Amino acid sequence: MARMKFLCDAERCIECNACVTACKNENEVPWGINRRRLVTINDGKPGERSVSMACMHCSDPPCASVCPVDCFMVTADHVVLHSKDLCIGCGYCFYACPFGAPQYPSVSNFGSRGKMDKCTYCAGGPEPDNTQAEFAKYGANRLSQGKLPLCAEMCSTKSLLAGDGDIIAQIYKERVAKRGYGSGAWGWQTAYHEGIPA
Amino acid sequence: MSGPFLAPPKIARALLLCILLIAAGPLHAQPGSVPIDPQADVASERSLLQQMPRIEGRIDIQNPTAHVLEQPDGRVWRYFHEVLLHWTGAVVILGTILLLAVAYLVIGRLRISAGRSGIRVPRFDAFERFSHWLTAVSFLVLALTGLNVTFGKQLLLPVIGHDAFSTVSEAAKYVHNFFSFPFVAGLILVGTMWIRDNVPRAIDLVWFKEGGGFIPSKHPTAGRFNAGEKVVFWLALAFGAAVAVSGYLLLFPFYVTNIAGMQIVQVVHSLVAILFVALIIGHIYIGTLGMEGAFEAMGTGSVDLNWAKEHHGLWLEEKAAKGRAPRALPSGTPAE
Repeated sequence: MARMKFLCDAERCIECNACVTACKNENEVPWGINRRRLVTINDGKPGERSVSMACMHCSDPPCASVCPVDCFMVTADHVVLHSKDLCIGCGYCFYACPFGAPQYPSVSNFGSRGKMDKCTYCAGGPEPDNTQAEFAKYGANRLSQGKLPLCAEMCSTKSLLAGDGDIIAQIYKERVAKRGYGSGAWGWQTAYHEGIPA
Repeated sequence: MSGPFLAPPKIARALLLCILLIAAGPLHAQPGSVPIDPQADVASERSLLQQMPRIEGRIDIQNPTAHVLEQPDGRVWRYFHEVLLHWTGAVVILGTILLLAVAYLVIGRLRISAGRSGIRVPRFDAFERFSHWLTAVSFLVLALTGLNVTFGKQLLLPVIGHDAFSTVSEAAKYVHNFFSFPFVAGLILVGTMWIRDNVPRAIDLVWFKEGGGFIPSKHPTAGRFNAGEKVVFWLALAFGAAVAVSGYLLLFPFYVTNIAGMQIVQVVHSLVAILFVALIIGHIYIGTLGMEGAFEAMGTGSVDLNWAKEHHGLWLEEKAAKGRAPRALPSGTPAE
């Protein structure tokens, strides 16, 4: 089985936000929630870079270990999924997540959080694949149809890569070797405990 | 004085410029040998994380937390929550229970030495008892639902299963949120009505020196509250204020602080709460099992005269002076 990962090549990202929009549309993500987001560093200054970020599907995921109701699961492809039936909306996974991935719909006044929502790597949830129940809670299940997450699939500059970690790491290494520079595979050291020398 | 030995500033600057130009010379002499580096100003992820704990940037999404791209400290907080907190909680709470068990086995229940007189002295009026029990019941509910968040996964989940545990925990979350309000109200009531009688006095030191009432033969006297009760009072106020402030920051996430602040607030809330639970376990022990005649003070509102004499002699005298308690009695304690 492949070990699925995301890789954002910041040298190629043009901050078009298509990944953010594609994700929202494909998964019919609730109002106020962004499973993927685009952060620009050094905005307007020399060295400005934009990075597209979502759940990195960490090795040893911190969200899963801090969850007080144990609602996370890791698939054979190492996609980190969770059960919205079990989630109690405590917010701990957001404190533990290095990438700000978990999002909570606002269900009432104050800080009451609803069931957590996050990137599923377009792999749905614990329900049977491609059912109405699965789509309503978690969005599309492209992975079960042999497709990769839509954000990466439709990235116009191929900045955002999804797929087997070894393969996308190899692609990135070749790019860095050819053009002679790279600012690093953002989040890889934190998520997978391995960087890619740039 | 030193003038002649220093080169005039202008000459110094000119010299420096020459040195720089000479050093830079070869670069200009061979254009193309060094590739243009569009990365010259780019900080790599690694160097950014070496400079600061979080990588932040600009984002269009209207969400106060979305601009943080990366915060590896989440894993540090995980270590606190999953390792340090579990061990601290288990050691402090089980340690307190063990200590009290030993105290019970060694000292046993502290009896009224002179036996019961059968004469009642009013100690806490209805409003005082209401305030105490409002705080107490809220505390118990908050403590149990709070401990469930930290230890439920290890203790309760394996027993009742994922679905039932999730249902219980979600209800517990709401209960925990809403019981904070009566708890704080009770804390304010108790704090204001008893603060005068809890101001430390010189006699409190004597009370500690004489074993704090734990030596059955000795009965160090005290005012309305003895030094032990004063310690419970002030610690409960301090812990209560700390859990309330940190709790409301957690209840209104990111209204006041950022992600690092939320993590610190959670650490403070959980550690103080554990100390608070240990304190209250001790308080419950001495108020029920540990001492004869103590519970009725908060239960019925009155205490036995001999109990009052032995534990709160000064308070009883004051009360008697005001004509609110029986004065001299059928000599409760024989002169020893």
